[in-house]
Amino acid sequence: MRQDLTVQQMSEDDDRSPPLDLRCGAAPSINRARNCSGEAVSGSGSSTSSSIPASVPVTVTEYQSQYPDQVLEIVLENVLQFLTSRRDRNAASLVCKSWWRAEALTRSELFIGNCYAVSPDRARGRFRRVRSVVLKGKPRFADFNLMPPDWGAHFGPWVCVLANAYPWLEKVYLKRMSITDDDLALLAESFSGFKELTLVCCEGFGTCGLAFIASKCRQLRVLDLIETEVTDDEVDWISLFPEGETCLESLIFDCVDCAINFEALEKLVARSPFLRKLRLNRHVSIRQLYRLMVRAPQLTHLGTGKYGPSEVAQRQGDTEPDYIAAFAACKSLVCLSGFREITPDYLSAIYPVCANLTSLNFSYATITADQLKPVICNCHKLQIFWALDSICDEGLQAVAATCKELRELRVFPMNAQEDVEGPVSEVGLQAISEGCRKLQSILYFCQRMTNAAVIAMSSNCLELEVFRLCIMGRHRPDHATGEPMDEGFGAIVRNCRKLTRLAVSGLLTDRAFGYIGKYGKLIRTLSVAFAGDSDMGLKYVLEGCPKLQKLEIRDSPFGDAALRSGLHHYYNMRFLWMSSCRLTRQGCQEIAQAMPRLVVEVIRSDDEEETDNYVETLYMYRSLEGPRHDAPKFVTILR
Amino acid sequence: MEALGLNMGFEETELRLGLPGNRVRSEGEGSRKRGFSETVDLKLNLSSKDTSEKVKSFQKEKHPLPRATDPPAKPPAKTQVVGWPPVRSFRKNMLGVVQKSSGEESDMAGGNNAAFVKVSMDGAPYLRKVDLRMYNTYKDLYDALGKMFSSFTIGNCGSQGMKDFMNESKLMDLLNGSDYVPTYEDKDGDWMLVGDVPWGMFVESCKRLRIVKGTEAIGLAPRAMEKCKNRR
Repeated sequence: MRQDLTVQQMSEDDDRSPPLDLRCGAAPSINRARNCSGEAVSGSGSSTSSSIPASVPVTVTEYQSQYPDQVLEIVLENVLQFLTSRRDRNAASLVCKSWWRAEALTRSELFIGNCYAVSPDRARGRFRRVRSVVLKGKPRFADFNLMPPDWGAHFGPWVCVLANAYPWLEKVYLKRMSITDDDLALLAESFSGFKELTLVCCEGFGTCGLAFIASKCRQLRVLDLIETEVTDDEVDWISLFPEGETCLESLIFDCVDCAINFEALEKLVARSPFLRKLRLNRHVSIRQLYRLMVRAPQLTHLGTGKYGPSEVAQRQGDTEPDYIAAFAACKSLVCLSGFREITPDYLSAIYPVCANLTSLNFSYATITADQLKPVICNCHKLQIFWALDSICDEGLQAVAATCKELRELRVFPMNAQEDVEGPVSEVGLQAISEGCRKLQSILYFCQRMTNAAVIAMSSNCLELEVFRLCIMGRHRPDHATGEPMDEGFGAIVRNCRKLTRLAVSGLLTDRAFGYIGKYGKLIRTLSVAFAGDSDMGLKYVLEGCPKLQKLEIRDSPFGDAALRSGLHHYYNMRFLWMSSCRLTRQGCQEIAQAMPRLVVEVIRSDDEEETDNYVETLYMYRSLEGPRHDAPKFVTILR
Repeated sequence: MEALGLNMGFEETELRLGLPGNRVRSEGEGSRKRGFSETVDLKLNLSSKDTSEKVKSFQKEKHPLPRATDPPAKPPAKTQVVGWPPVRSFRKNMLGVVQKSSGEESDMAGGNNAAFVKVSMDGAPYLRKVDLRMYNTYKDLYDALGKMFSSFTIGNCGSQGMKDFMNESKLMDLLNGSDYVPTYEDKDGDWMLVGDVPWGMFVESCKRLRIVKGTEAIGLAPRAMEKCKNRR
């Protein structure tokens, strides 16, 4: 916590307007104090703090300062340091101008959900003391090739400004941003105390960029690359970490699909006593894994590389290291992942740690139910489980039987196609709903489903906050009854009172959307694909869901009239994505004209003019900056 | 807006131009250029092949049979719709060996016509890659290289040095000094000073670039000086 002295200095540095300018009326200081007093200080600083602005009873009567309001502001700044939740801070900043200023000076974590909603300069202008930045770029559907490459979300403009404005910056978290090697070079050079870099679903750079980070960020604690594309520039970045003991706590590079210098990695691990999280890529063999585990038994999170013997080793008949002992020695291990190119026989090595596991990710492991069972039956503490549907309904039943603490389940398809026989179905879903009553989040890919199973989940799993069901065949009805899936999703929104995120699929009529609009009062993110009958579907949602922030729709028959029905709400949303729907350019134009603070992008897949009346992709978002200047040719911003 | 119930019963007997297969939705509306605009990627992607999905598969194709009444018939089983099911490419490459995605090609503009060469600089631990086809002149290349390696030169004399390179009168100063000079390996394996030949020829013959200190490049000077004279 800062000393009072620092706060004092900051107060003097800031160019405050004279006291007369301050809000809370023109009343003398005594009244002001009373206005603001009466509430208890919320001192915990936890993110679940209430939204009541913290204030402190202050008797100003004795203290005749020339600028009594500055005293209040200093007090406020001290108190606001405890406020970490950005939503609470946003609320506090709206109380009055002096609270706005105090909050701006004390916010250290900057979260920008859409990098185009605000310019780097504006952010820098308001927040002076930022130590941590979260930036999100492209919308999620870009992950599925629905957006041409080079659409935008460049980190470049941001890193330039950050470098100038916040030399003390410690943490950067980027999601779906386009980053170049040069950006990483600038980042590495500009922040001497840089500690944490997390890149999720990013692209545009290679191992060159990683080399900069490794070599120049001497205080680096976290380097996490998650589902990020990294090109192979044939640079030995692992060997560029500084000599001597490192501060590394987390090194995640399973998505970096390049060979690495194992000797350098081993030495790095050996000189990183604080390392707790290590996720390797598939170029690290199981023997190499063994050596690393022996060096780092203190690991809590481990992602294996290739999980099976190499052919060479097998041919040579080398004696195998004692993998079981290595796992047994890792007494703190709670999270396991990786298991690429798995040889299922080797799974038995992890038995010693199963009882302590809270997170297990088999989503790259093509294992069957029978191969899963001996592992899962020991995982009583498991809270997060990711797997491929190769485990079948039977495997899910085994999970349901043992994992009573399960909070999050993700079942990915081994064969991501339509019209194939799927190994998981309503049977697995039903079993999970009955066994895992504490479930909060589920992502489930399947080929067939029934309303009954979904309804069962809605009544068994009342803690659900995230429900994402992907029936891979488009417009597939209830497998048993032939009816639309309306009732199932309806039950989810009706019964799961905590639901904030929903993804729908299968055959759905407007009725399903009626349910969502009527009951989904807390929903913030909604994903729709190949669903609905008419404009009414979208209208129900836009009119009924007051908390809606992110709406992504594809291939659904919603048109201009439906779009108009959301005019009252678009400024409250982060974005709306609609692709291959029934929007006309004119309809989108109307929205753009009605809402000047909305950036309305029409995205084509190629340079040719649209031959159709319908817009291929609409992507619109609120922004303080107006149309962006880096839009590529295939993006038209309507005005 | 039709009541769905009315149309359900007649679905079976309704005459339509459509592909055989289940049709569970009744459209009911009149002619329309696009139904749900099934964005069909007719490059039949089997799930294990993900190469260049990013660039190529984005080019959606219209429905193969455009017609006045366009019911949302389910396409034939084998064709795939772009981005559906919504599984990221990392996961799609599950079956068999993970194929190296064409991240490299699609990330850098140039696609199949890229002329990537490695660039190393003496004293720098990093290797860079440039696509020579992105530049039109030597100056463009020098600017780019200067920016790329500016962190390694002292006082930015690197990029300035390279710009001076084309100036014949400064050439000998440069080679005698400690500034950096770009050299390249050509198709025959010879190391030459960059700037020897016309730009187009350079792009064709350059295999890799190496930026060396001026003094080290001095052995390459005579040929360069000759070329400079010839250019007059």
